[in-house]
Amino acid sequence: MPNVLNILLIPLLPLINFLLLGIFGKTYLKKSAAIIGTLLMFVAAFLAIQTAYEYFFVYGKLGDVYQQLIPYKIAWLVFSPGMQIDMGIMIDPISVMMLVVVTFISLMVHVYSLGYMKGDARMPIYYSFLGLFTFSMLGLVLATNIFQMYIFWELVGVSSFLLIGYYYDKPSAVAACKKAFIVTRFADFGFLIGILIFAYCAGSFDIPTLIKALTSPDSNELKTVLGYSFIGVSAISWGAILIFIGGAGKSAMFPLHIWLPDAMEGPTPVSALIHAATMVVAGVYLVARLFPVFAIAAPDVLEIVGWVGVVSAVIAAIIACTQTDIKRVLAYSTMSQIGFMMFALGVAKYGGEEGLGFTASMFHLFTHAIFKALLFLGAGAVIHYVHSNEMKDMGGLRKNMPITHLCFLIACLAIAGIPPFAGFFSKEEILLAAYQHNTVIYYIALFTSGLTAFYMFRLYFSIFWNRPYVNHASNHHSADHHSEGGWVMMLPLVLLAIGSAVAGFIPFGNFVSSDNQLLALPFHLEFSIAPVLIGIAGITIALIMYKTSNELPAKWSNQLNGIYQLAYHKFYIDELYLWLTKKIIFNIIGNTSAWIDQHIVNGMINATGAITQNIAEAIKKLQSGKVQQYGIYFFTSVIIIVVVFIYVWN
Amino acid sequence: MEPGIYHILFISTALFFIGAFGFFTRRNLITMLMSIELILNSVNLNFIAFNKYLWPGKMDGLFFSIFIIAIAAAEAAVAIAIIINLYRSHQSIDVSTAEDLKY
Repeated sequence: MPNVLNILLIPLLPLINFLLLGIFGKTYLKKSAAIIGTLLMFVAAFLAIQTAYEYFFVYGKLGDVYQQLIPYKIAWLVFSPGMQIDMGIMIDPISVMMLVVVTFISLMVHVYSLGYMKGDARMPIYYSFLGLFTFSMLGLVLATNIFQMYIFWELVGVSSFLLIGYYYDKPSAVAACKKAFIVTRFADFGFLIGILIFAYCAGSFDIPTLIKALTSPDSNELKTVLGYSFIGVSAISWGAILIFIGGAGKSAMFPLHIWLPDAMEGPTPVSALIHAATMVVAGVYLVARLFPVFAIAAPDVLEIVGWVGVVSAVIAAIIACTQTDIKRVLAYSTMSQIGFMMFALGVAKYGGEEGLGFTASMFHLFTHAIFKALLFLGAGAVIHYVHSNEMKDMGGLRKNMPITHLCFLIACLAIAGIPPFAGFFSKEEILLAAYQHNTVIYYIALFTSGLTAFYMFRLYFSIFWNRPYVNHASNHHSADHHSEGGWVMMLPLVLLAIGSAVAGFIPFGNFVSSDNQLLALPFHLEFSIAPVLIGIAGITIALIMYKTSNELPAKWSNQLNGIYQLAYHKFYIDELYLWLTKKIIFNIIGNTSAWIDQHIVNGMINATGAITQNIAEAIKKLQSGKVQQYGIYFFTSVIIIVVVFIYVWN
Repeated sequence: MEPGIYHILFISTALFFIGAFGFFTRRNLITMLMSIELILNSVNLNFIAFNKYLWPGKMDGLFFSIFIIAIAAAEAAVAIAIIINLYRSHQSIDVSTAEDLKY
């Protein structure tokens, strides 16, 4: 049986970290804050791995099926019998997998930040925010109740807001954190309505109950619900669409992706955390968590999920090819990879071999977390060394930073899908699932994976090869700055590089599948040829263009000027949003509301005041201060009352 | 002619209106207090008269007038205290000069 205390401690330790450092960090724990945070995270990661081991190998299986266990639950808000919001922990394959991913990546980020953020005056605050972020993500992962999930979902939003805006004296960071918060908040509104629709349909907030009520064909709820519809789409599909909008906002799916590149304003380790383990995978996790509902009750929505995923993947990949800020390239690559996970879910069906996409998506989430964290931490090391985010300030760094170079190369190979690195295996499964169910999506995805290889190696060659490194900053900085950053920064890189190299060999189908039964992942050698070849082709083009400093990139971008400019400006989606908000919303809706507020609402309030004042002006003379006048009032009133009582009353 | 209830009621009514008139027209607080005494006494007269002519065997009206006399004495004490205080603060007991408590 699961050890409840251990599992409860996993999210609670980061929470303790947050409270401890948040309250006492500034005054008492200034020196030791980072160490305390890292140690607590280490314990949490250890407990998570132990929990995963016990779940998968000791008690999780009943026969061949992994159980969905709820070892701890308290009723938090009770509306009516059966309709209540619980707080609890749910243990099943995907939540256990996420526990390991989140705590491990978070631990790596904690360790790495020891070096990266060294000397920062607000270190305790930084670590307490990291704790809050990890806590909210773990709470989201473990939620038994869709409303509990929503609460933690919002907490994730808040903590990302705090961390993106960590350098609050930089106007661009402030704008970025506001943008991230508003865009995801806007999407969360859809999520909330979706929750309410689902809860209304199923009569429960509880995730297992809800899934059961909405998927088993003989349940009364499902029969009733299928009767409701709005604009020709059933209520349950509306709920699923709205929930997916919430997930798309957090996961930066097109067209709600605009916050993700700007979120690069935060410290680089935070970007690693946001992109690899927390925040952006929350949307994928949400769809995966409610996957039976999507697959059985709302297959039309799952189709939408697939298309949104693949469109995001290809758009992001095209944009990534043109960006020059290395963190932005990585940001768009994240969006592209999350798109892969989404469309993998979109092409999956519930149960058995048909559920391959589900397993592939979770597998890719797992491997992507490792190599994307590695890429960001590697980029962080580069930025730490060069003091710039721009590609033009880099080049030829392979001699200066050998360890970073090697780790970064492994991560690039992994994301490009070159065997035997982790990304190859998960991407193969995704492509296979797409090939089996939707060939159009498959071909787009194949093209995208070629682009992925291209832009990743464009990044790699631009940073580490191209031209020899010119040290612009040598006379400004002390000599110790010009190392790779010490063992605290290298250790996470090496660990993650090992992970990126070997994680693909995990037989993932044994652990995670859509119906929690064992699924042997199919592997067809002849099928792998096309993706690997296209990946190698992408790498080769990048090699020709960027290995040495030459005229090719400029020439080609001139030839493709239209498309290049379009992609360089991110397809003008930001501008479109700005136009929509500034011109349409602010001018039409905003001005109208302002007029109504100023003239009608304000006018009513002012009128009330004016009427009262005028009446008061008129009758204040009665209060004359003359005793005898008061006497007359009294006397007259008595006479009137007497007359009334005698002659009028009866 | 034996005086009947009508005569007494006539006197008490006259007394009441004389008191009311004094109360509303005099500006001197002492005079106003005296007018109030007149009003009270007209009420006393009414009580006595009704008691004697309508319920001769009973004593209720008598007791009422005794109470009213006692209350009038207490009221005079309070009123004179107020008048003294007013005099101290305004150097006058003319009510037309004491108009501070207005809008």
